[in-house]
Amino acid sequence: MKINLSREDEAFRGEVREFLAEKLPPELASMDTVGASASRSMLKRWHKALFERGWIAVNWPKEYGGTGWNPTQKFVFNEELALANAPRLSPFGLSMVGPVIYTFGNEEQKKQHLPGILSGDVWWCQGYSEPGSGSDLASLKTRATRDGDHYVVNGQKIWTSYAHEADWIFCLVRTDETAKQQEGISFLLIDMKSPGIEVRPIVSIDGLHHLNEVFFTDVRVPVSNRIGEENKGWTYAKFLLVHERTGIAGVPESKRKIAQIRKIAETERASDGCRLRDDDAFMTKLAKIEVKLTGLEYTNLRIVADAAAGRAPGPSSSILKIVGTEVQQALSELAVEAVAYYAMPFQKDHLLGTANEAQVGPGYAVSVTSSYNFGRAASIYGGSNEIQRNVIAKAVLGL
Amino acid sequence: MEFGLSEEQRLLQDSVNRFLDKNVSLDRVRQAAESTHAIQRDIWSGIAELGLVGMIVPQDYGGMGLGFLDAALVQEALGYHVAPTPFTGAAILAPLALMLAGSEKQKERWLPTIASGEAVAAVAINEATGVREGAGIVSSGGKLSGKALFVMDWAEADLFIVSDMSGGLHLVSPETEGVSLQALNTIDRTRSFGEVVLNGAEAEKLPGGSRVVVERLVDAGRVMLAADTLGTGQHMIEKAVTYAGDRKQFGRVIGSFQAVKHLCAEMAASLEPCRSLVWYAAHALDAVPEDARLMACHAKSHTSDVGRFVARTATEVHGGMGFTDLLGLHYWFKRIGVNRQILGGPEQVRLDAARLQGWVA
Ligand SMILES: Cc1cc2nc3c(=O)[nH]c(=O)nc-3n(C[C@H](O)[C@H](O)[C@H](O)COP(=O)(O)OP(=O)(O)OC[C@H]3O[C@@H](n4cnc5c(N)ncnc54)[C@H](O)[C@@H]3O)c2cc1C
Repeated sequence: MKINLSREDEAFRGEVREFLAEKLPPELASMDTVGASASRSMLKRWHKALFERGWIAVNWPKEYGGTGWNPTQKFVFNEELALANAPRLSPFGLSMVGPVIYTFGNEEQKKQHLPGILSGDVWWCQGYSEPGSGSDLASLKTRATRDGDHYVVNGQKIWTSYAHEADWIFCLVRTDETAKQQEGISFLLIDMKSPGIEVRPIVSIDGLHHLNEVFFTDVRVPVSNRIGEENKGWTYAKFLLVHERTGIAGVPESKRKIAQIRKIAETERASDGCRLRDDDAFMTKLAKIEVKLTGLEYTNLRIVADAAAGRAPGPSSSILKIVGTEVQQALSELAVEAVAYYAMPFQKDHLLGTANEAQVGPGYAVSVTSSYNFGRAASIYGGSNEIQRNVIAKAVLGL
Repeated sequence: MEFGLSEEQRLLQDSVNRFLDKNVSLDRVRQAAESTHAIQRDIWSGIAELGLVGMIVPQDYGGMGLGFLDAALVQEALGYHVAPTPFTGAAILAPLALMLAGSEKQKERWLPTIASGEAVAAVAINEATGVREGAGIVSSGGKLSGKALFVMDWAEADLFIVSDMSGGLHLVSPETEGVSLQALNTIDRTRSFGEVVLNGAEAEKLPGGSRVVVERLVDAGRVMLAADTLGTGQHMIEKAVTYAGDRKQFGRVIGSFQAVKHLCAEMAASLEPCRSLVWYAAHALDAVPEDARLMACHAKSHTSDVGRFVARTATEVHGGMGFTDLLGLHYWFKRIGVNRQILGGPEQVRLDAARLQGWVA
């Protein structure tokens, strides 16, 4: 199946291509490091380029700085970005808290926060999970007690991705200990520079530092930093999770990965000596995943189109999350298979882009295993896939 | 038909496990992982004192004269504990190469010192299972040149046993001129791998070396790696089950959710058949020559795939915790990952199996 594009759409595609050729930093595009993290300054340059062109917030409403594109244009745009090997931008501002702020925030908050998210000058992180509250998020214990115009926040978050690089954190906190769990939670925006916040690193399975613990000790947060109503935070949190899950489906990233594997298959050889691209068994596996991805992509488009027509994605985002992460994990597994022996070396300097010596094995193999290892997280974060199945069973199938 | 372990084998398992339980704690593994390319002498001499380093060496040469099934049981225990010590190369494949291909003089010179743990021997036979660009050793006029990758038990080796591209086997001393050594950091920090680059290096040929002998080494290596993954996977299952019984969400232990129960049950149901495959493959190396090659392939490829499934699933059960060093789960995860690739990944090993059976040319 091929989507037929109108002449305008094709012209639009040309426009996107031109922009990419001119503005996508080549060192980002040439990175074979799907999974390894590009440096913040590199990502920022790319973010800025998109922002300056007005293309940073593809899915936002036009009035808040969105593109106003129709679903086909969004599709074309994402496809071109994937083909050009453009890196994924930090989702915490653009895909998570941004939509919460423009949907539930007041005018002040929109004015204060949306510009920084759009321009990429302000980086966000997500303070949901706690040591005792992962899947059972609503049991969270971080407390915010009212003191005049402020909340005083005490408690601990964990698994907070990129808290060490973030300027702000959006947090779920308990503001009523007596109410039913879901009804005593509020949604706060907290400046990471506030006194009383301590960030401790957690090194993850890929040997790198993305995750953190964030400790709050008597952190004073202006009440005006609360989104919406007190004790209604769960509603906003769930709205955000739906967005997060749709994003986690990661269609463009998976397309990028397929392109990368096809490139590897041009060089690497199968056991019988032929190039992987001529190895039926290998290419059939790749094709099988690609089919699944295509199904996902069009489903994603359907949901985006529904959303544009005012119908919220709802529980079907759980389907996207499961299928999307299965595709990602299958691809990272196939990449490991493709590079065989060269999946073994661990070359931290090369993963971080700070190496002086040549790497062991081909460049494209460097990040394959850390991407496979860290990629195991995809079925855990954003609500584990087991939890998504529970959601589907209950909310979609009525079991 | 008897299909189980003997009393002696059970005693052997017990004594190895007792030693490892006591001496290879998670903290000890963490500490060793900081210096992958140094032999942890306390652990090495401990397993040498138990006789394990010379376990397959004939008694005449100072060993215990045991078989591959015994060796597989030990390897399984080492995997279970992610023991940071040489073994597969130094204690099994190196002495095996000498036993199969060495001259009487070479055996007398090396087997007793290997068996006692005094000499650590590394083995470079990976290229026999498929050559990567730029790798492989060529012998010419008694000198060796080329590059061997992912040499097992590389660190601080006193001796390298190197296969050349035509099936010859050679002893190379690390001090020889023309030998250069390069450590390779792999994701698995519990064992040492490295490169050996030879540039017209003087070597001593093992007179009995041949393709057939190298194949035998590969088979034995594959069975050992499968046994290691079996033990490693077993431990991951136990960790997952323990965690599922401790961790509470929604006011219940997560092990009470059927989804989590099934993840655990599926791991158990997948790994248990591997035990039979590994045991039989090891037994076949000892006693059923006509099955030995094929069973080595089956044990290696199947256990690699099941190992990966177990590694993943146990991680899934741990939620975010599985991604960190807090429980150290990643040491097991990564050891399984490396076992999978050494001496041929499952895709290649399956092809070998198909060829052995005449299914493909
Ligand atoms: C790499 C990574 C990045 C992350 N980034 C962030 C971040 O930036 N911000 C943030 O707030 N959080 C983040 N998280 C946390 C993530 O959202 C949680 O790990 C996730 O919600 C699971 O919680 P948990 O780790 O406590 O696991 P648990 O909830 O303890 O789950 C353990 C296992 O039990 C299963 N389980 C639990 N309950 C049920 C049930 N009812 N039915 C069936 N199975 C069940 C789970 O599926 C899982 O397999 C991140 C996690 C990872 C791994």
